[in-house]
Amino acid sequence: MSKCYHCGDNCNITAIVFDDKNFCCNGCKTVYEIFQSNDLTYYYDLQSGAGTTPLAIEGKYDFLTSNTIAQRLIEFDDGTVQIVNLFIPGIHCSSCIWVLENLKKLHPGITNSQVDFPKKTVRVTFKAELVTLKELVILLAKIGYEPYISLDDYDKGKSKTDRSILYKLGVAGFAFGNIMFLSFPEYFEVGEFWLDQYKGLFRWLMFAFSLPVVFYAGSDYLISAYKGLRSGLLNIDVPIALGVLVLFTRSSFEIFFDLGSGFFDSLTGLIFFLLVGRFFQQKTYSFLSFERDYKSYFPIAVTRLSKKKKEETVQVYDIKRGDRLLIRNKELIPVDGILINGKAQIDYSFVTGESEPVQKISGDKVFAGGRQCYGAIEIETLKSVSQSYLTQLWGNSVFQKDKTTAFQTLTDSIGKRFTIAVLAIAIIAASFWMYQDSSKVFNVFTAVLIIACPCAIALAAPFTLGNMLRIFGRKKFYLKDSSVIEQLAQIDTAIFDKTGTITTTQSSSISYEGMELSVEEESLLKNTLRASNHPLSRSLYALLKEHDIETLDEYREYTGKGVQGVKDKSDVKVGSADFVGHQQQSDYNSTSVHVSANDAYKGCFVFNNNYREGVSEVFKEMGRYMDLAVISGDNSGEKTRLEKLLPKLTPLYFNQKPTDKLEFISELQANDKKVLMVGDGLNDAGALAQSNVGLAISENINVFSPACDGILDATKFKYLNNYILASKKAIKIIKLCFILSLMYNVVGLYFAVTGQLEPVIAAILMPLSSISIVAFATLATNVIGKKLN
Amino acid sequence: MSVIYLLLTISIVVALVFFAAFIISVRSGQYDDSYTPSVRMLFEDEVVKNTTIEPTTKIKKSNQLNKKQNL
Repeated sequence: MSKCYHCGDNCNITAIVFDDKNFCCNGCKTVYEIFQSNDLTYYYDLQSGAGTTPLAIEGKYDFLTSNTIAQRLIEFDDGTVQIVNLFIPGIHCSSCIWVLENLKKLHPGITNSQVDFPKKTVRVTFKAELVTLKELVILLAKIGYEPYISLDDYDKGKSKTDRSILYKLGVAGFAFGNIMFLSFPEYFEVGEFWLDQYKGLFRWLMFAFSLPVVFYAGSDYLISAYKGLRSGLLNIDVPIALGVLVLFTRSSFEIFFDLGSGFFDSLTGLIFFLLVGRFFQQKTYSFLSFERDYKSYFPIAVTRLSKKKKEETVQVYDIKRGDRLLIRNKELIPVDGILINGKAQIDYSFVTGESEPVQKISGDKVFAGGRQCYGAIEIETLKSVSQSYLTQLWGNSVFQKDKTTAFQTLTDSIGKRFTIAVLAIAIIAASFWMYQDSSKVFNVFTAVLIIACPCAIALAAPFTLGNMLRIFGRKKFYLKDSSVIEQLAQIDTAIFDKTGTITTTQSSSISYEGMELSVEEESLLKNTLRASNHPLSRSLYALLKEHDIETLDEYREYTGKGVQGVKDKSDVKVGSADFVGHQQQSDYNSTSVHVSANDAYKGCFVFNNNYREGVSEVFKEMGRYMDLAVISGDNSGEKTRLEKLLPKLTPLYFNQKPTDKLEFISELQANDKKVLMVGDGLNDAGALAQSNVGLAISENINVFSPACDGILDATKFKYLNNYILASKKAIKIIKLCFILSLMYNVVGLYFAVTGQLEPVIAAILMPLSSISIVAFATLATNVIGKKLN
Repeated sequence: MSVIYLLLTISIVVALVFFAAFIISVRSGQYDDSYTPSVRMLFEDEVVKNTTIEPTTKIKKSNQLNKKQNL
């Protein structure tokens, strides 16, 4: 079988040959033609089969002609030149970057385009009089790079990137380097004549360099410590801030009164290392968003039918009760409503995770969040966007509170004991020297606080967790931030959603129930299905045994019902129960395709969702050390199958509404359980937000998943247990780092309490402890990462 | 030995110039996307090579080019 030259998919029997190359469909061929005629075939040299099949788009972007909507999306507009930043989920390789940056070859109105690969966005500068935003978007869609424009884009203002960490790192690094350079002579040749002459100048320069470091680069630590103290918390920033302030005042004091050179080198080094740790921890997956709500799924505008049956584009927030809306093929229903006209096949996979479309007839209620899959329908609005069944979930208070602030990290919990211990040692040492040599009291007291400044402790977690985050990312397990790893290590209860989470929507197993089909009937059935393009027909076609290709005497497709094929006076009908003339006894809800031959009912093919590979193993292994449960919005039809698959006595809950799931989790939490929720659809959004760790399973990480703490690629589901165990090991590494850094502290404290802390000792000990902790943490996490599958 | 004042001034000025260069580069957004430029820099040469190899297709398809531009 040949591969499509454009997208790399397998071409079916009907490969389209053009220019000596095979294409799987006309869409791919068209893209190739566009690229070829515009001298862009280098696209295929960079990476073969890199393209994406373009989808049909008629009418989809009509809303972009509305000026108010277009203005909200356009970033810059001076009348002639406009700039727009578009999110294109399809960007995935170097070919994509290349072709998108050569858009100007495709249209003279485009002057410049720049791709941001990690964010999957393209920023296009175009001339407004030559090309409109709508034309630009359609052009992109035609070459297989369809931009994703959602209600979210409409709401957000011009976002500003926060680069303060880079500035702070720059300031601290700059000052640290210069101060090291200025204080170097004093480390060795204290009594030298010329050095004595100029040491005042050197010291005052160091003082000047340290000012921006303490008050700008280190300001976060001072503020955080102040906030912590105000709310009665001794977080790790308290001893850090204490150390910084003591270092700064004692050093300034020393140079004011010409007592010594101060500890400016250690001070700036400390802040620099801390900022490096913070920078390292900030691994973000900019193309993933963990904060999505329904707005990211919903379209900006829909088509409203006015009284005079005229179509007009309206912003979804302006839809009022009673409005008639036209929902085209592949469009999302933004509000709850009643179906008025047309045949609806609604795919609720966003809401429930269930992939098979649901049929609705006129007069039925349709809910917001469903995607129309077949033709255009007309609905009458019952509720506005924010009051619809699905969107109401976001009114719940869990979506307002910030999960991370409530969680006390390991580092912070040690910070409290550490601060108390250090203060105790400082006071004891100071009171000891009070009797021995009262001139040294001030020296010893400050020296203890300086040397005990928990730089290494504060670096252990950022480097361990930051590195772990990257390792997980390479294994397709994307976490929101590093504190999720700590929370994951504490989990003792795991709740799984069923549909789409432990079952897969990609493949389904098909079983046949009913009378055996004769060879002729099966051959006829296969030949009939060959002509049909319906997804169910395609999967059924693949299942049936190979038969000779025969030409049918008659073939007819009844949209939304089924297909009929006639040959040599015998006929076969495949489709819904009504269509083949069978009274359906629907005792379960699975999808089925019925078959009849010569008007006699034969039987049906039942499509069962497949469970993901490794579900039993994951449950068995996780069941050893935590409580498990399955909670599903579906009916209990799958109960027996699930019971067979999962360890005995795993609680199974069916018919749970989104709010039920949320409450179920908050009840568990009330019993002091740390709950992991694994879900996928928008119906799990509440439970994901409520749980301690909410993981979304995603078949395709570029497609949207609900707000959560982490996204796990569906192919890696079987490794879920290994990932949790790895998180637990990461916590052990942090604890080892704490022990290691406490040992350094003991050495440093020896110098401090005996009153012999020289600046040079501090300047050696501080970076040495920090660097060895960082090296240990990075190496140890890499070892864990190697062992991970 | 007062040359030390001069040397110190020079060294600090040089350091400040680099520091300013860093700040300007951050401001202009050079560090916002550290991946794409690494791919982009590999493109240019190949494009030139490519166009010289296939000049015929360019001419042959030039009428199609105009058609497609009126998308």
